[in-house]
Amino acid sequence: MELTINGKVHQVDLDEDTPLLWALRDELKMTGTKFGCGAGLCGACTIHINGNPARACLTPISVAKGAQITTIEGLSEQGDHPLQKAWVKHNVPQCGYCQSGQLMTAAAFIAANPKPSEKEIDNAMSGNLCRCGTYPRIKAAIQDVVQFHEGGNSND
Amino acid sequence: MTDQATHETNAISLVSRRRFLKLAGVSSSGLILGATLPNFQLAWADTTKETGNATLNLFVSIAPDNTVSIVCHRSEMGQGIRTGLPAVVADEMEADWNLVKVVQGLGDKRYGSQNTDGSRSVRQFYDTMRTMGASARTMLEQAAAQLWSVPAAECNASNHQVHHVASKRAASFGDLAELAATQKVPTEETLVLKSSENFNYIGKPVATYDTPDIVTGNTTFGQDVILDDMLIASIERAPVLGARLASLDDTEARKVSGVVAVERMDGGIEPPLFHPLSGVAVLATNTWAALKARRALKIQWSGSAHEQHNSDTYLETLKKRVQQPGKVLTQHGDVNTTLASAADKHSAVYSLPYLAHATMEPPSATAVIKENQCEIWSCVQDPQSVQQHVSNALGLEAEQVKVNVTLLGGGFGRKSQIDFAVEAAVLAHKLQRPVKVVWSREDDIRHDYYHAAAASYFEAAIDDDGQVTGWRQRTAFPSITGTFKNGVKHPNNGEMSLGFADVPYDIPNRQCETAPAEYETRIGWLRSVANIQNAFGICSFADELARLRGRQPDEFLLELIGEDRQFNPSQGKFKYANHGANWKKYPLDTGRLKQVLKATAEKADLSKLGDHERKSGEGWGIAVHRSFLSYVGIATKVRVEDEKVRILEMHCVADVGLAVNPDRVEAQMEGAMIFGMSLALMGEIRMKNGAVVNSNFHDYPLLRMQQCPTMSVTLMGSEHPPAGVGEPGVPPVAPSITNAIFTACGERIRDLPINKHMQLA
Repeated sequence: MELTINGKVHQVDLDEDTPLLWALRDELKMTGTKFGCGAGLCGACTIHINGNPARACLTPISVAKGAQITTIEGLSEQGDHPLQKAWVKHNVPQCGYCQSGQLMTAAAFIAANPKPSEKEIDNAMSGNLCRCGTYPRIKAAIQDVVQFHEGGNSND
Repeated sequence: MTDQATHETNAISLVSRRRFLKLAGVSSSGLILGATLPNFQLAWADTTKETGNATLNLFVSIAPDNTVSIVCHRSEMGQGIRTGLPAVVADEMEADWNLVKVVQGLGDKRYGSQNTDGSRSVRQFYDTMRTMGASARTMLEQAAAQLWSVPAAECNASNHQVHHVASKRAASFGDLAELAATQKVPTEETLVLKSSENFNYIGKPVATYDTPDIVTGNTTFGQDVILDDMLIASIERAPVLGARLASLDDTEARKVSGVVAVERMDGGIEPPLFHPLSGVAVLATNTWAALKARRALKIQWSGSAHEQHNSDTYLETLKKRVQQPGKVLTQHGDVNTTLASAADKHSAVYSLPYLAHATMEPPSATAVIKENQCEIWSCVQDPQSVQQHVSNALGLEAEQVKVNVTLLGGGFGRKSQIDFAVEAAVLAHKLQRPVKVVWSREDDIRHDYYHAAAASYFEAAIDDDGQVTGWRQRTAFPSITGTFKNGVKHPNNGEMSLGFADVPYDIPNRQCETAPAEYETRIGWLRSVANIQNAFGICSFADELARLRGRQPDEFLLELIGEDRQFNPSQGKFKYANHGANWKKYPLDTGRLKQVLKATAEKADLSKLGDHERKSGEGWGIAVHRSFLSYVGIATKVRVEDEKVRILEMHCVADVGLAVNPDRVEAQMEGAMIFGMSLALMGEIRMKNGAVVNSNFHDYPLLRMQQCPTMSVTLMGSEHPPAGVGEPGVPPVAPSITNAIFTACGERIRDLPINKHMQLA
């Protein structure tokens, strides 16, 4: 089966029901996408399929066939996506394990909603768990990147 | 590169060279170990023939291209230690942090303890790292002196160069490295450490070394290790401690494409130590095949002595036991008479359920057997423990087990308990093929080394003047010692030193007691350990007394703590552990506790406490606690509305002594608040018939961003030596929340988690 990942076509020889997560990690040795729960509950495996955030652990490769798949390795050419730069500026990560998923969720979110309120950020990011507790810095980094929506309900 | 390292490059199919170097734990400059910690001397200086790089001591080597490699011998799990300790070395040796490469140390007893727990890394190795840096700097200065034929005293290192001011000469560290390695290693007594006003990095925020790789996905955690020809193992483990495999039908499992083998894992051993549990391992060429085939196994387990264990009834039993006379640990005055004759008395029972670590990265380890050696790559907090337990399992010497420490996707104590690494080694040995053991989230939640379920009882005598004259506290929880020894029923000395016997209240008649608790499931260390239940009970009960007396809690607590003094709770057989630290350097100082208390109270509006302004539904609570030699206060504001609670604000005041990297100290406190909120609001592992009921994040939830309040961190106390950072933020969080809930609505929550009593808004 052919998968288009970060603009490049890859061949994988796996059962059709194999989640994309394991095609990426085991077959293609792209380990930036993380295994956290296998049940769509933590967001550590978040990738983009045609620009939309998706959980690689629940997406069979048969569904991803023919789509444009983006992983953390392809979020930017040089690690210079505005969010990546903001993550560095705010020194967001602690252990770092969930951060690929956090960045991929945030990147899809601000592409779709460039002027989010604080509450919209909270809602968009609440599918991604961080056990170390980097939420305040994740939020600060996202707020740094987006033009803050003046009419947004920033305190609720 | 050494032969050893070259071999590793071939073995690891990950392509990034930098990633390999970080993973492999052997520097390209051929690190030579020649010293032992903590009784170290400053090592051999040597030049590695293969590279021409110079090793100046155990931790420092310099390449001709001017790169300074600094070893981090502690495990990185998010606390920033791969930045913190190497930056201390770099500062003291005047290296430019931008030219520093951090090399992860292999498991090796010559480093001394590598068990990255107990919030110890900085407090125990700060002086050592400074000495290593100063030694390297001195040797570079001596080399320059020899090169220029001038006195060494006239040569000064700064900014990655050595300068001779009089002759306006300068040479880079890279240029001097080879000559520096031939210098006599300075004795510790002759070293001159930098004075603090000249620090470049210590006490200043240093960007985390691994962040650029983390944000691009270019990191290697335990789950990410890939070896050529490797099999993936997923293991179905016995649901009850002590159970063994009774029967197995693996016919269907073996039919799944990709499956290579199905192996029985012998287990059921007690005490459990870090032995693999009984199980059936499915080994496949990819993880999905292993997970899928595992579901097709038909297994029957034997009975177990723990198959009646039910966490709800167990906790009820402990709550009853703590209200009966217990085993006396320490006593001052006569608490029995005081209580019997008191004008007023108050008592309360508190409880906390089992808790799981739930690191974002489930445990994982990869092993390969090569001739008489086992090599392991894993996300472990204690590589030497892996050496010990794997060598025991395989009949090798510890030195024949080579342990590469990857990045850890969270640790919190789980990865000090290295059963998963032993599993990988046993399977690699059986299959004679590289094996990666992948734990799923369900495996992680169901087969943890749990934080102990705990109950505690407090009883106070109050005289006519409203003074607390007597105080009895009694606790029961399964001890971690039960993981290592059968038949243990009472907490150990160390657990009683974690915020229980060291309650710093100046009450004339007081007594600490323990009650028995059976060991029914694997118990382990979880971030701040017994401090969690101890601080919850003590900080809650003191708050209850304040409210009963109509007092503002901070003022009442200041009176309870009493005069500024050093308080050593050792008495009789009870030896206060003080977190393994020297008492003179790190005494329990009530003055520092009071300062933190006052600063914490300033973050809150405590004037509204106890005056029944609860109609607003909002209220503040505070708690302060000393643990891991640090003093931390938490002020929390909650809103309780329609029987739903929401945390609105949380503020942390911390005296951790010198904050070596203040940005990471603040990050640890932010993380501790969130960790504490998760356990207080929603943390509960339940067991029925000996097996864990929970399985994943839907029934073992963690705090999410939309539940996370506004928070702040204030650091104080930097004139004191560096103390623990990773854990001490956790203990005061839960009581500060329940104290705030009492203010907001008058409901006193004594049994965690909070979501058993009210919904989370």
